[in-house]
Amino acid sequence: MANKVAVYRKEHFNAAHRLHNDAWTEQENDRVFGKCNNPNYHGHNYDLIIKVTGEPDVATGYVIDLKILSDIVNDEVLKKFDHKNLNLDVPEFKTLNPTAENIAIIIYQLLRPKIDSRFDVQVRLYETERNFVEYPA
Amino acid sequence: MVYLTRVEHFNAAHKLYNPNWSREKNDEVFGACANENWHGHNFDIYVTVKGTADPDTGFVMDAKKLKTLIREHVISKVDHKNLNLDVAFMQGKLCSTENLIVGIWNELQPHLPVNVTLHSIKLYETPRIYVEYFGE
Repeated sequence: MANKVAVYRKEHFNAAHRLHNDAWTEQENDRVFGKCNNPNYHGHNYDLIIKVTGEPDVATGYVIDLKILSDIVNDEVLKKFDHKNLNLDVPEFKTLNPTAENIAIIIYQLLRPKIDSRFDVQVRLYETERNFVEYPA
Repeated sequence: MVYLTRVEHFNAAHKLYNPNWSREKNDEVFGACANENWHGHNFDIYVTVKGTADPDTGFVMDAKKLKTLIREHVISKVDHKNLNLDVAFMQGKLCSTENLIVGIWNELQPHLPVNVTLHSIKLYETPRIYVEYFGE
């Protein structure tokens, strides 16, 4: 029987963003996004949890070395997002609304190629303590 | 003397930038916090008042009223805002959490009931960094 284990690494980044649809009027943006549409941006401490699922390696006992996973998240995600303005500084959000949902999808797309395909990967992103998303669901 | 604390939160953008310095000096001193396009935080704020319990209610003050005062005089001014651009009481000040907490104290303190004293404010910029102010 396969011993599948899920391992988790938690990281964080602090970023500014704004929710906005360029195709809509100012009124429509205000109606749908409310204060999240502030044209001068607002921000969050984002908490990011990466879940990697697989069988522990016979020699190491690791599913994946969590220090290596931390380095991958740092290199592929945190360097691009931490202390940045997601709308202005991150190319992936030039034409994509940086909702927690879209941020989680982008983070997954940045990490997936760097983690062995024999492992499953899932991203959980906390925008606040009370609002968080997961991808893939 | 009994101390009553109400916890609130707000999400805001800011940057640490001294307009009297060059870009290079700002980067050297403030590092990533000087990003000209701002960054952001979920701030947690703990407001502590002190007083004696009222003999009729058992309250130092009604915690719901304290919540309303904090939301009206602080949260509404900073939540989902850009602290450098949108907040009147931060204009002309460097937007550190230290300066922010003093500004918040000055916004809130005049509106508290007379039988209650504002004892302290604790403001978390991140779970690992917070400042406290006792009005001194």
